Amino acid sequence: MGGRPLARYLLKRVALAILTLILLSIMIFLAGQVLPGNPGRAVLGPFASRSAVQALDHQLGVDRPLPVQYWSWATGLLRGNMGISYQYRAPVSSFLYPALLHSLKLAAVAFVLVVPLGVIGGVLAALRRGGAADRAISVTGLSLSTVPEFVSGIVLIVLFAIELKVLPVTANPPSGSGPLTQIRYLILPAIPLVLILFGYIARMARAGTIEALDSDYVRTATLKGLPRSLVIRRHVLRNSLLPTITVIATQTGYLIGGLVVIEDLFNYPGIGRLIFTAATDKDFPMLEAGVLVIGVVYLVATLLADILYTVLNPRVRLGGSE
Amino acid sequence: MSGAAPAPGAEAPALEVSHLDISYKVRGADRLAVRDVSFTIGRRDSFGLVGESGCGKSTTALAIPRYLARNGRVSAGTIRLDGEDVSRLGPEALRRLRARKVAMVYQEPGRALNPSIKVGRQVAEVFELAGVPRREAMERSGEALGRVQIPDPRRVMRSYPHQLSGGMLQRVVIAMALASQPSLLVLDEPTTALDATVEAEVLDLIASLRQELHTAILFISHNLAVIARMCDQVGVMYAGEIVEQGPAGELFGQPRHPYTVGLLRCVPARRHRKGVSRLDTIPGFLPAPGEVAAGCIFAPRCRLADQRCTVESPPMYQVSETRGSRCHYHQRAPDLPEADAATVSAGQEPDGPWTGSTTPLIAMRGVSKTFAVRNEKVRALSDIDLSLYPGETLGLVGESGSGKTTLAKVLVGLVAPDGGSALELEGRSLAPTALRRAQEQRRAMQIVFQNPDSALNRRHSVRHIIGRALTKLAGLSGRARQDRLLEIVRSVRMEERHLPLRPAQLSGGLKQRVAIARAFAGSPRVLVCDEPTSALDVSVQAAILNLLADLQGREGVTYLFISHDLGVVRYLSDRIAVLYLGRLMEHGPAETVFAGPHHPYTEALLSAVPSLDGQAGERIRLGGEIPSPANPPSGCVFHTRCPRRLASGLCESTEPPLTEVEPGHAVRCHIPLPELRRLQGKDGRAAELQGAEGR
Ligand SMILES: Nc1ncnc2c1ncn2[C@@H]1O[C@H](COP(=O)(O)OP(=O)(O)O)[C@@H](O)[C@H]1O
Ligand code: SF4
Ligand code: SF4
Ligand SMILES: [Mg+2]
Repeated sequence: MGGRPLARYLLKRVALAILTLILLSIMIFLAGQVLPGNPGRAVLGPFASRSAVQALDHQLGVDRPLPVQYWSWATGLLRGNMGISYQYRAPVSSFLYPALLHSLKLAAVAFVLVVPLGVIGGVLAALRRGGAADRAISVTGLSLSTVPEFVSGIVLIVLFAIELKVLPVTANPPSGSGPLTQIRYLILPAIPLVLILFGYIARMARAGTIEALDSDYVRTATLKGLPRSLVIRRHVLRNSLLPTITVIATQTGYLIGGLVVIEDLFNYPGIGRLIFTAATDKDFPMLEAGVLVIGVVYLVATLLADILYTVLNPRVRLGGSE
Repeated sequence: MSGAAPAPGAEAPALEVSHLDISYKVRGADRLAVRDVSFTIGRRDSFGLVGESGCGKSTTALAIPRYLARNGRVSAGTIRLDGEDVSRLGPEALRRLRARKVAMVYQEPGRALNPSIKVGRQVAEVFELAGVPRREAMERSGEALGRVQIPDPRRVMRSYPHQLSGGMLQRVVIAMALASQPSLLVLDEPTTALDATVEAEVLDLIASLRQELHTAILFISHNLAVIARMCDQVGVMYAGEIVEQGPAGELFGQPRHPYTVGLLRCVPARRHRKGVSRLDTIPGFLPAPGEVAAGCIFAPRCRLADQRCTVESPPMYQVSETRGSRCHYHQRAPDLPEADAATVSAGQEPDGPWTGSTTPLIAMRGVSKTFAVRNEKVRALSDIDLSLYPGETLGLVGESGSGKTTLAKVLVGLVAPDGGSALELEGRSLAPTALRRAQEQRRAMQIVFQNPDSALNRRHSVRHIIGRALTKLAGLSGRARQDRLLEIVRSVRMEERHLPLRPAQLSGGLKQRVAIARAFAGSPRVLVCDEPTSALDVSVQAAILNLLADLQGREGVTYLFISHDLGVVRYLSDRIAVLYLGRLMEHGPAETVFAGPHHPYTEALLSAVPSLDGQAGERIRLGGEIPSPANPPSGCVFHTRCPRRLASGLCESTEPPLTEVEPGHAVRCHIPLPELRRLQGKDGRAAELQGAEGR
């Protein structure tokens, strides 16, 4: 054996992701067909003349057969052409990319804060199982995750931005500011996301660590006479954090949902807000492209997590032998 | 209390346990799991703890290196290792004690090693801990693995645990345990999860290492024969107490406690045959954990118990210089009356050996099964020709992976055989899967598995489970169904009070009875039993075996009985079939197959069984691992491990046919029967063994 099964597995996994993506794009495309009625009419309004509507329909290409429309839409996407926004009469991509970048920055700040906090909290709770620290971490995590983002967001704004004035009210740094300033502006909006995710990640890390602590192989290591710190580092953490990685990746799905609320609250021009506005404005090309981009982000995140898990786990990497 | 007490002035014993109490906190209350346990293991001695599951063996063992479960605690007594009181050690001293003085090996070798670290690194840790530099630690690990007779230590060191077999892993764990040259090695059921052939090898290994390394051993097992083979001194545990103690030979030869007597009688021995003699059982159940009894804890199950026993708790009587028994009437223990002696073979004519009907009830011809596993073809069964005759028991034996369960599933239609396989029931052909068989045919064949938990629906009551089977299989309803239900329940020796209970509320033995009752609901012609007693304690096993024998005597059912325990198979079977890598190696009447001359593989299986009398005679050992069925060896598939392999090269090149060597007895081997007889006879054996070991 060797790298063979691993390579084959990864190839399969990537192929599956691509297939999912194609299906997703078809679904989005069809939904876009069913919902809008007549795009020309939607754009021009009820008082435009029929010929003007028809002309626009023709210009937009929506009077062609569906498969043809899908094909040109899909191939366009591959070339980076996401269509023209109904609302702004400009290429979708010129709005989407900056919005995506903004959101990724916000998500990154949230992740960078919550992953170490959650993992450390969970591992600590497991090591002090049944003790005060364990209870404190578990209860805090659980109660925080029940507070909706907009509630914690508003409380945070009032507290830190308005009362204490230590952090800016908006998430938007003055244009041309450096990365540190940008991060400073993003901390406040990231915190509600952190609060929600903390309990979840901590709980997973705790469960994984406890399972490892109770395992026979940790007993073996302890009874060998290894110092506790070594047992934990070498034998516990490695096995306990592996499943946590996958769990964290699946949370990107939640994160995107949370972004819509947060971006709206903090008036932050991210992809969540873009999609939200596109939906209210019936700007279908924008909406379709936005949803698809989120799908891609989600798939890439879970794919990366899977690969990481596989590479770190010899049982999966090398395949079983009887 | 123990005969192994040190002479004055000698060094301290390896282990000295005195008046040990251990309790577990369960829902706020302390439950005593180990009570007043005392024993001593002298340096280089071996002490065995034996008893049925839940009697406190593991709890005692784990208390020694202070690794009790989080809710467990030593509530009284002391444990001294090399004279040092374990309970007084601070964290660092405790760590040093674990590193140097005591090592443990336990049941599941597959779980004892870290799944994400290479085996070599894990062994090397022990040396690094003693201050050996990393490079040298790896070298020493290689040597340590060599010492436990691992054929290719370099390869094993580079492997992850999941890439190795159970026997190999247990060797690694033993190598690791012995690397620090501890003064005490604790082995908790080290071979219970292994095949008998592998078990025999591992036991040999432990015995020979003991000679070499001068380590004292605490050996824990539920298997009396294994303990008899491995230990000088024995303690028999029951419900948290050591009830009898003494030198192994004396104790097993002349037990002086009713529990020991009962245990010994439960094990099917050579003289036992179904229909001729019943197995003795121990009635009743282990007391619930934490239950405090006024008198003797064994009284509710003891057939010698009287008034005194229920009020006065027996002390450990000194029966002789070397022996102790916690029984007021230890002199009378050997005369313990048999359980339900009245029913011994009552109503059953001891029909002697199976007389041989000539028309088979079930005929299998050319049955093969190939599984596709990750683009590989795994031949689990290869061209099996086998018949079952009405009213007989066919015992199916072979190591794990030999195809026993697959054959069972093919027979009842849970797995479809490859095309070209022919199955017949009473001359009518059977469709490959149960779904396509006639209702009548499906009803005629039932199966009972090893693990009743997975076979019984957890949400339903016993009444519902059996009742449903009666409706479905026997088409009964109303009054008739109710009557038959009670009849079946009684025939498996359960009571009406069990009917409303769910499986979770029943013990393992009772669950298996429910599974058997359900199987009998449709009055089957054939019952396939796949390791039905392997997960049960010997006393429960004895009761189930009696039950199966009774049911067969009364209803004339045919059994296909699978077990890795040859004693059990021998008790119940009229004929035996031996499988290896999916091939039938031998089949014939039970007496003939057991008496020999037998196929070399059968010979090895038989010689792997540890026997209670301790004199298994010369042993044949199977070297090497069981080959993968995906890639079976050329010629005779057994040639890679066969101790009798021919020098001519015939075995490697040509697969021998399954040949009828005597009426009803077929063997698949190039060596002709008279030659096998000579080789396996007393005179030929010693010389041959030398040759086998030289390989
Ligand atoms: N962690 C635990 N909590 C509560 N009870 C336990 C625990 N571990 C074992 N026991 C109980 O202690 C008794 C002895 O168990 P054990 O030492 O495992 O026996 P054995 O090894 O002889 O099978 C049993 O009644 C068992 O249920
Ligand atoms: S003391 Fe009494 S109840 Fe206990 S084992 Fe002896 S005879 Fe049986
Ligand atoms: S044919 Fe050869 S290898 Fe096979 S069992 Fe007989 S002697 Fe052994
Ligand atoms: Mg145990």
